[in-house]
Amino acid sequence: MTAVADALRTGTDLPTQRYRLTRAHLVAYAGASGDQNPIHWSDRVATAVGLPGVVAHGMLTMALGGRALAAWTGDPGRVLEYGVRFTRPVVVPDDDDGVEVTVDGVLGEVAEGRARIDLTVTSGGAKVLGQARATVAVDA
Amino acid sequence: MAVEGGLAGRTFDPTPPYEVGRADVARFAAAVGETDPVHVDVALARERGHRDVPAPPTYPIVVAFVAMQRLLADPSVGIELRNVVHVEQRFEYTRPVYAGDVLVATLSVESVRAAAGTDLIANRIEITDADGALVCTARATLAHRAPEAAA
Repeated sequence: MTAVADALRTGTDLPTQRYRLTRAHLVAYAGASGDQNPIHWSDRVATAVGLPGVVAHGMLTMALGGRALAAWTGDPGRVLEYGVRFTRPVVVPDDDDGVEVTVDGVLGEVAEGRARIDLTVTSGGAKVLGQARATVAVDA
Repeated sequence: MAVEGGLAGRTFDPTPPYEVGRADVARFAAAVGETDPVHVDVALARERGHRDVPAPPTYPIVVAFVAMQRLLADPSVGIELRNVVHVEQRFEYTRPVYAGDVLVATLSVESVRAAAGTDLIANRIEITDADGALVCTARATLAHRAPEAAA
C-alpha cells in the first residue's frame, strides 16, 4: 500500500523523507539539467554575488520534493501538478557530508481521484521552499 | 522600466525539437538521487502502465530552460542574465515525459509586474510532443533586478 493510500485511511501526515545533498550532486545536476550557473559549483562566484557559499540549484531542491511525491504515491506518473517558490537557498558545504533536506507532506482535499498535498521542505531547520504544493492521482 | 515595455503577451519561437533518450532519463533521475528502477527498467515501466521509462516530475525544466534562455538572450528584451533570479516554478502535467519523446517548448510572457526596482516576469511554457499534443505546462516566474537598482 502506498503512503498516500495509507494516509487516506489513517490521517493526513505523510512519512518524512530525508535526502542528502553534496557538491557531487550539484555537479551531476548541472550536467543533467543544463543549468551550469557557477553559483552552484564555484565558491568564488557564489560569494562574489553575496551568497554564503555554493548553493544547490533551486530546481534540484524542488526535485527532492518530487522524489517525495513519487515515494508517497508509488509512481512519478501520479503527480498531476507540482509547484514551489524558491524562498531560501540551500548552502552546500565542500565536505563529504553535505547538507540534509527534509520533506514533509500533509494530505489535503481528496476529490474525483485527485488529492492535494502540501509539502514542507526544510534544511538546517529553515523552510527553503514556499507554497510547495501538488495534486496527485489517487485510486478513487 | 528595465525590461522592454511590450514584453507581456509576447510569444517566442518554439525551441528546436528535443529528443529524450533513455540515457537522458536515467541520468536526470540519478542526478536528483532517484533510485526507483522505473526510470531505467523499461520492462518494469511497462508493467506499471508506462509506454517507456518515465522521467522524474521536474524533468520538463530541461526543455523549459532552453525556452527561458531564448527569452533571456533576446537583445530586444533588455534582460541582464546576471540580474535574474528564478523565484517560482509550477508544472501541470498531461502525462509524464517518456524516453522516446521529441519535445518542443514554446514560451509566452504572461505578465510583467514592477515592484521595488525588480521586474517580476511570469512565463508560461507549453511543452508539446511530436504529435503537437500538450505534455506539460511549466509556469516560471523570473525576478529581474533593474540594473540601476543592482548593487
